[in-house]
Amino acid sequence: MSAALHSGPVVHSLWTTAASSTDRFPTPHIEYAQLSPVLIIFGVAMLGILVEAFTPRRHRYTAQVVLAVVGLAAAFAAVVALAEKGYGTTKAHIAAMGAVAVDGPALFLQGTILLVGLVAVFTFAERRLDPKAHGRHVDSFAAQGSAVPGGEQEKAAVRAGFTTTEVFPLLLFAVGGMLVFPAANDLLTLFVALEVFSLPLYILCALARRNRLMSQESAVKYFLLGAFSSAFLLFGIALLYGYSGTVTYSGISAVIDGTAPTNPALDNTTGNDALLLIGLAMVAVGLLFKVGAVPFHMWTPDVYQGAPTPVTGFMAAATKVAAFGALLRLLYVVLPGMRWDWRPVMWGVAIATMLVGAVIAVTQTDVKRLLAYSSVAHAGFILAGVIAVDKDGVSSVLFYLAAYSFVTLGAFAVVTLVRDAGGEATHLSRWAGLGRRSPLVAAVFGVFLLAFAGIPLTSGFAGKFAVFKAAAQGGAMPLVIIGVISSAVAAFFYIRVIVLMFFSEPKPDGPSVAVPSPLTSMAIALGVVVTLVMGLAPQYFLDLADKASVFVR
Amino acid sequence: MDTLIGLLVAAPLLGAGILLTGGRRLDRAGHLLGTLLALTSFVLAAVLFADMLGKDTGRRTLTSHLFTWVPVDGFQAQVGFQLDQLSMTFVLLITGVGTLIHIYSIGYMEHDERRRRFFGYLNLFLAAMLLLVLADNYFLLYAGWEGVGLASYLLIGFWQHKPSAATAAKKAFLVNRVGDIGLSVAIMLLFTTFGSFAFSDVFPKVGQASATQHATVTGIGFMLLLAACGKSAQVPLQSWLGDAMEGPTPVSALIHAATMVTAGVYLITRSGAIFNAAPDAQTAVVTVGAVTLIFGAIVGCAKDDIKKALAGSTMSQIGYMIMAAGLGPIGYVFAIMHLVTHGFFKAGLFLGAGSVMHGMNDEVDMRKFGGLRKYMPITFVTFGLGYLAIIGFPGLSGFFSKDKIIEAAFAKGGTEGWILGTCALIGAAITAFYMTRVMLMTFFGEERWKDGRTATASPDEPSAEPAAAHSAHGAPHPHESPSSMTIPMIILAFGSVFAGGLFSINSAFVKWLEPVTGHSEGDSPVSTGTVTAGTMVVLVLGVLVAWLMYGRRPVPAVAPKGSLLTRAARRDLLQDDFNHVVLVRGGEHLTRSLVYLDHSLVDGVVNGTAASVGGLSGRLRRLQNGYVRSYAVSMLGGTAVVVAATLLMRAV
Repeated sequence: MSAALHSGPVVHSLWTTAASSTDRFPTPHIEYAQLSPVLIIFGVAMLGILVEAFTPRRHRYTAQVVLAVVGLAAAFAAVVALAEKGYGTTKAHIAAMGAVAVDGPALFLQGTILLVGLVAVFTFAERRLDPKAHGRHVDSFAAQGSAVPGGEQEKAAVRAGFTTTEVFPLLLFAVGGMLVFPAANDLLTLFVALEVFSLPLYILCALARRNRLMSQESAVKYFLLGAFSSAFLLFGIALLYGYSGTVTYSGISAVIDGTAPTNPALDNTTGNDALLLIGLAMVAVGLLFKVGAVPFHMWTPDVYQGAPTPVTGFMAAATKVAAFGALLRLLYVVLPGMRWDWRPVMWGVAIATMLVGAVIAVTQTDVKRLLAYSSVAHAGFILAGVIAVDKDGVSSVLFYLAAYSFVTLGAFAVVTLVRDAGGEATHLSRWAGLGRRSPLVAAVFGVFLLAFAGIPLTSGFAGKFAVFKAAAQGGAMPLVIIGVISSAVAAFFYIRVIVLMFFSEPKPDGPSVAVPSPLTSMAIALGVVVTLVMGLAPQYFLDLADKASVFVR
Repeated sequence: MDTLIGLLVAAPLLGAGILLTGGRRLDRAGHLLGTLLALTSFVLAAVLFADMLGKDTGRRTLTSHLFTWVPVDGFQAQVGFQLDQLSMTFVLLITGVGTLIHIYSIGYMEHDERRRRFFGYLNLFLAAMLLLVLADNYFLLYAGWEGVGLASYLLIGFWQHKPSAATAAKKAFLVNRVGDIGLSVAIMLLFTTFGSFAFSDVFPKVGQASATQHATVTGIGFMLLLAACGKSAQVPLQSWLGDAMEGPTPVSALIHAATMVTAGVYLITRSGAIFNAAPDAQTAVVTVGAVTLIFGAIVGCAKDDIKKALAGSTMSQIGYMIMAAGLGPIGYVFAIMHLVTHGFFKAGLFLGAGSVMHGMNDEVDMRKFGGLRKYMPITFVTFGLGYLAIIGFPGLSGFFSKDKIIEAAFAKGGTEGWILGTCALIGAAITAFYMTRVMLMTFFGEERWKDGRTATASPDEPSAEPAAAHSAHGAPHPHESPSSMTIPMIILAFGSVFAGGLFSINSAFVKWLEPVTGHSEGDSPVSTGTVTAGTMVVLVLGVLVAWLMYGRRPVPAVAPKGSLLTRAARRDLLQDDFNHVVLVRGGEHLTRSLVYLDHSLVDGVVNGTAASVGGLSGRLRRLQNGYVRSYAVSMLGGTAVVVAATLLMRAV
């Protein structure tokens, strides 16, 4: 598709010599090796579907977990191999007929997403936390997604020991879409990738074992608002195509710069700046919705709270990485010539996002909603780095995303451990005195909170420092000042949780901390290790992000 | 040989590390380990000394570079040692006296349950002090300087359950901070002016300093003097030394008499090149020295607490050294020589005082002593020899070193020389007076402790000194101390008697130090003979007056009211009152107004901000009403705003 619309002259020749053109339609040239991470993930996801269809129920869980882990690990190995061969730096180029870019930022973000996906699989596969149902270990997901909550069918499904092992292929499909999203090099690929990773997420959100109604409500909300934002995105794409006559990033960029040959077929619209500006704004809205920037953030708290906690962790970490990757590519590759138009708007969005996220979080009483608003504030901090529009901006955002995603995963994994009779005890008042009863879990959560707050010796500090430094060098000093103020406000509610955990009397009927299987322990431990390593010795990762910070055009 | 220098510091540091982290397991052997490591250090020092003696005068300096401590471009802080004759002198004094006092402490601290910790601190002190005198640059010297300050703090407050000890430790630490600021400022100035703080870089450059740099050099001199004042208890930072006597007596002997308090003299002597280039700073140094030597002597006259009387004496004797060091090349050698002899006899005197206290239920009030010579013969003899040495009895250590300083003071020449010389002579007279007073009140006269009024340790305030723990309350039974305490006293007495003479044979000490500090004879308006004769006259005068006041008449057990000067001197010449009125009150007013400002303004702003953020949060929260339709509207509105803003930017 993208090949047909590739550039002006092709369309022109179609227009004039319509009859004889079919035999000249070029065969798509696909660089399979360079796209292998994506292909592996989609292939394994397909296999997962087949496993669902043809394997006996009792083997599915093991088969799916093994398949997902192996697939993600193989894809990560493929990313590392590509980076090793220099596709991130010297050999960076555009593959698949201009649809997908293989360059430093794409590989860095893909690697991050794959690792996040791998850790998320561990939390998805956790089966020790919930009490046994009818003698079988159960996970965080509904026994049967289609059963009416509380109905007879659900009870029967629980009795029969059904589990929704489809979550693993769904996760893989989402990961596959996320891999394409930051690498998409034309607007249509961007849109397709967006839908590919969004739809599985909507379903995953609806699959909580406890509080099913809330979970389904959150999924519907997410779906409706997501569809709404997709519409904006698509409309924006249409306008941009109308403006430039092409959907490829380089093509649009060339039209903006005035270097592309004009297309007589689109003379009426090409170069109409109103189309460009409105289209740009609408595409940006679609992406800002995914990162949860104000005023497109309102879905985050509701969805984060309703979704099964492992899904929340995965979504909070991976979606942000993918969406910021796409936003970066859009702003840095398509619109660098337009920075005087979009920068002030982005300034406003970043400021609003930082302030609103931090301020509303202050009065939250539910730990998952608290983390949701915290993720809004963090989206603001990352936007500050995006706005820098230079190499430092890219590398700081890459570093921040890597650091932030592991902290988020770890934090939500800890949330799954604190439980009472009704499942996870997410109300903050229930966390009082946790530090006395379970010092290790509380301390680990404390580390994550300190990293969120950006306290030195954690990855959060290094990330925030890099982002603010890039923003300041890019001339956005007011943004940095507001960022620091918001960080101060944000520190309040992070530290408040720490105070609550360690300096309050435990409640007599307080929640207990479940002993997780090695899977969740591994996810949390990995989060702590990454947080501390990137905090104590960030230089290696900063260098890596720096090396990977050049977009291919 | 070079590597031995590092070991010199490492041995006691190792001891401190083991003893302070080893826990209770080491309680039984800890003191022996500490003493052994101190002795190891001394043996190493002796080996190095023998090696140094075997070399040519010009090639005696050993250097050893361990590693680069702070490797920043343009700022290279090295951990390197420099062992020359000056450092060697100090190393021998520190390790020698240090080892003796370790041995003494084995007996003295026998009944203290925290003895292991005490030895750990002593070892820490040795390591820090050795680091101080061995460093080849000011940066490392500063580390040692702070290390001895820390050790001093820990040891003054060793009996921390006594509020007086805790307060004294805090006071010493605070007053020392003032001096330490001086040193740190001096180091910073050195670095900004000369681009280095290594001795070998700085000193040659000081000589070629330009005119503008000269002013800086003078400033550096003043700052170094401030540092010396703090560490060596010189006016105006002398107030901590008297209170520091709250520490165990071995600590007073080692740290607050023989070694640490002389660090200021070392600093000035080591920085001779700087002071030689800054005559104004030198004038300040001699002034401080002269004032302190009189000041300390007067305080020493009035104290009834034997340790505090000795502390006043220490202050005064260091005043002599500082004055000598301020005289420049005429005096450096004699400052150090007096420092060494003083190290012997003052340590001996303190150990003697400790021994007396040990036998007297930890009584420190000399008015409750008397006639002890019969009960403690060894203590009496060793203390007596120390006494004769300090007043400058001919032939003993103090005679040679102090006489040289007085000569050097006169040799300064001009009016300045006359003033300094006169001060030094007056100081010598007062020294003779107060030391005779101590001697008479303690070892001669009536046995004032017999009349039952001396029950020192009242039941509600049990004495802290460990020696008291095993002796019954009530009238004391004076007795000689165990041999672990008397042997160090005897050895130190030997030093007190012979060191000065040995150093003076053939001007050995002058020749020894001259390559490092330089030496010039000066040009004295009065002959050597006259000075010696004058010293003798004032000595006899001082002793005579003391004997008239305390030897001929019985000493009242309760101190008489005394003259205005006496009362002032008992209160350390009102130093604490001065500090209180000027600094403490002023500081209180400042802090109170700042607290007020903090409460009303800063807290107001902070709490107000917090409250408004909270309120804002509560209101914004209500926007999140859970209805998808509202969310969608807000998205639509947001999109409209974003689109409009984008278009507007182009229009602008």
